[in-house]
Amino acid sequence: MWFEVIDALFTAFWMVIGITVIFGLFVAFSLLISLIYRAYDASKDKARGYSSLKTVTFGDESSVVANRAASVGAVLSIFLIWCIATGSSLIPTILPPPFTGDTQFEYTARNAAGEEDTATVYVRVHSSDNKSPEKPTNAAEGAGFAKDDVLLIPERRSKIVKVQDNDEGGKEDGYEVVAINGQPVLRENVYPYADGEILVTKRGSLSVRPSTGRTMEALYLPPPEKVWSTFVDLNKNGYQGVGLWENVFWSLFRVVIGFALGCLFGIPLGFAIGLNSWLRGWFDPIVEVMRPVPPLALIPLVIIWFGIGEQGKISLLFLAALWIMIIAARAGVSGVSISKVHAAYSLGASKSQLLTKVILPNSLPEIFTGARVAMGVCWGTVVAAELVAAEKGAGKMIIAASKFQLTDIVIIGIIIIGVIGLGIDVLMRMVENKLVPWKGKG
Amino acid sequence: MSGLIIDDVSMTFELPGGGKVEALKNINLNIKEGELMSVLGPSGCGKSTLLNILAGFLAPTAGEMSLSGENITGPSPKRGMVFQHGALFEWMNVTKNIGFGPKMKGVPQAEINQKVEELLDIVGLQDFGEKMIYEMSGGMQQRVALARCLANEPDVILMDEPLGALDALTREKMQSLVLDIWKKTGKTIILITHSVEEALLLGERLLVMAPRPGRVHKEYNLPFAELGVGQDLREVKRHPDFGKRRDEILSMIWDMEEEIMGRTESA
Ligand SMILES: Nc1ncnc2c1ncn2[C@@H]1O[C@H](COP(=O)(O)OP(=O)(O)O)[C@@H](O)[C@H]1O
Ligand SMILES: [Mg+2]
Repeated sequence: MWFEVIDALFTAFWMVIGITVIFGLFVAFSLLISLIYRAYDASKDKARGYSSLKTVTFGDESSVVANRAASVGAVLSIFLIWCIATGSSLIPTILPPPFTGDTQFEYTARNAAGEEDTATVYVRVHSSDNKSPEKPTNAAEGAGFAKDDVLLIPERRSKIVKVQDNDEGGKEDGYEVVAINGQPVLRENVYPYADGEILVTKRGSLSVRPSTGRTMEALYLPPPEKVWSTFVDLNKNGYQGVGLWENVFWSLFRVVIGFALGCLFGIPLGFAIGLNSWLRGWFDPIVEVMRPVPPLALIPLVIIWFGIGEQGKISLLFLAALWIMIIAARAGVSGVSISKVHAAYSLGASKSQLLTKVILPNSLPEIFTGARVAMGVCWGTVVAAELVAAEKGAGKMIIAASKFQLTDIVIIGIIIIGVIGLGIDVLMRMVENKLVPWKGKG
Repeated sequence: MSGLIIDDVSMTFELPGGGKVEALKNINLNIKEGELMSVLGPSGCGKSTLLNILAGFLAPTAGEMSLSGENITGPSPKRGMVFQHGALFEWMNVTKNIGFGPKMKGVPQAEINQKVEELLDIVGLQDFGEKMIYEMSGGMQQRVALARCLANEPDVILMDEPLGALDALTREKMQSLVLDIWKKTGKTIILITHSVEEALLLGERLLVMAPRPGRVHKEYNLPFAELGVGQDLREVKRHPDFGKRRDEILSMIWDMEEEIMGRTESA
C-alpha cells in the first residue's frame, strides 16, 4: 500500500513539472501578446492624457477588471495551439505530420546456399480516415529467390513484414536479411529509411515504422476542422439515433425540473427553518449532514431506489438543489436587519405583513445567490448522472462516444456542456439584475 | 394626560457571560405634546436604549410609559422611528417606501398616492418618486425615511442619530428640514444626536445623559429651535448665547468622557 502511495506522489511530482511547463508556455504566450497589445494601447493612451497615469490600487477589487482583449487573445491562443498540436489544415504546417502515402525500400537476403538477392518492399501508409485502403499493386515478382513484398500500414502504426514468407527458401535455416537499402543490418537493431525506420526483429522479420510526425493523434485530440465537421454531422444526424440538441434538451429538462422541485420545497422550508426555532432544531441535523454530501455520492443510492429512469435523475437533482435552496432561504430570512423589522413594526405592519412585505423580499438576493449555485451544481450533477446511467442526455452522449473512442464527439459534448453551463449562469445573472437590482448595493 | 410620560424606567441588560449593564436607571420624563427634544450624551449612556423602549422594541426591566394616557407595550404606528441608516426597503421605490405605513393600514390607494405626493413635496423630493432606494444619496435616503415616518401620521417621531452619517452641508439642510416639519406638523419629536450644535439647534428642550448607569444628567430649555424655524441656521449659531451653551455642554461631556476613560483605565 505504501508503495502505491509513493508511486502516486511521484506521479504528482511529474504532474507538477508537466503542468508548470504547460502553464509556463501559456503565460509566456500571454506575455508576448500583451507586449504587442501594450505597444498598440500606448499609442492610443497618449491621446487620453492623464488616464495613462492612473495607478492600480492593489487590494481594491474594482481596480482590476478583466481586459477583454486578453480574453480574446487567450481564446485565440488556445485555438492556435490546438491547430498547431493537431497539425490542423486551417494553418500552414508547423509540426511535421505523420507520413502517409507510398514509399519503398530494398532488402537483401542471403539464403542457405550463401547466395544473395535483393527485393523491394512497397509500403503504402494510409490515413486513419480511410476505412478501405487498397494494397499497392506494383508488386512484381522480382528475379532471383527474393521476391518483392507489399505492405499496407495505417498512419502512425507499424507493421511486421515477413519478407521470408514469399522468398524461395525463406523458411530454411541459414536464410537471413543481411542489408536494407544496401546497408548491412543485424537482428534487434533499428535502421532508418527514407520515411521512417525499420526494426529487424529477434526472429529476422522486418518491423516497418513509418514516421509518426510530431502532431497529436486524432484519437487523443482531433484537429478543429474534424471536430467542426463532426459537429455539423451531429447536428444533422445525431449520435446513436438521438439528435445532438435532443440530448442537450434532455439534460436541461432534467435540470429545470429538479431545480424547480428543489426551489418549490427548499425555499419554504428554508423560510420556516429561518423563522421558527423548533423547526430549525428539527431540520438542522438533516440539513447540516446532507449539505456536505456531494450529489454525486447519492447516485448509487438513487439508482438502487429509483433505477436509471427519469425519476432517479430528477430525484438526484432535486436533492442537489434542495439543500442549497434551504440554506439560501434560511440565510435570507435570518439576514434581515433588525432595524428594518423595527421600521416595519413601527409603521404598523402586522406579523404576517412583516413576513410577506419585508422578510421575504429582503431575502431575495440571498435566494438568487443560492439559485445560481444550485443551477451550477445541478448542471454538473446531471451530466455526471448521465455518465453513469441514462438513455439520452449530454453526459450519455459523451460516455457512449468515449466507448468507441470518438474523441471529437466527446470534445463537442464537453464544449457544449461548458457553454450551456455558462449560459445558465449568465441567464440567472440577467434575471437577478432584473428582479433584485438592489443586490449588493445596500 | 396628553404627552409622553416616562415613569421611573430602568433597563438592565444581562450579559451572556454573566454580569449586568445598567443601560438606564430611574428615568423620569414628561414630554409635552408638540415638544422638540434633543438628547445628547457620550456613547454608551443609553440613548438608543431609551428610544428603543419608547418605540416599544424593548421592554424596560422596571417602570412604565404612556402616550396620551395609553400604556406603551409594544411598537405602534403612533410612535414613528427614523433610523441612522434609513432602514428603507430597497425592493420598493421611493413612492412605495413612503406609502408603506398607510398601505399596511389598508388606506385606499388614491389617498395614499395623494399623501405621498404631499410628502415628497415637503421633503424636497418631488421628482424622485419612481427612483429606487439604491439610486439615491445618503441625504436623500434620510429624506425618504423622514417622509415614510410622517406618512403614518404618528404622534411622536423618534430619531436615533438620523443625520449622523451625512456630510456637513447635507446635514445642515436636513436640520432645517426637521425644524420645518416640526413647525408645520406640530409633532412631538425626540432626536438623539452626537453633535452638540445639532442638539442645541434641534431642541427646545435638551437632555444631557450620563452613563453607568444611564441617567439624565442635566436638562436645558433653549430658544434656538424656535429662532431657527425658517431661518438660516448659521445666523442662529451666531447668537451670543449659542456659543456660551455650546462651550458649557461640550466641557460637560468632555468631563464625562474623561471620567469614563479614567474608570476603565483603573478597572
Ligand atoms: N441588547 C443589548 N445587550 C446588552 N447590552 C446592551 C444591549 N443594548 C445596549 N447595551 C448596552 O447598554 C448601554 C447603552 O447602550 P446604548 O443605548 O446603545 O447607548 P448609546 O446609544 O447612548 O450609545 C451600552 O453599555 C451597551 O453596551
Ligand atoms: Mg446609540
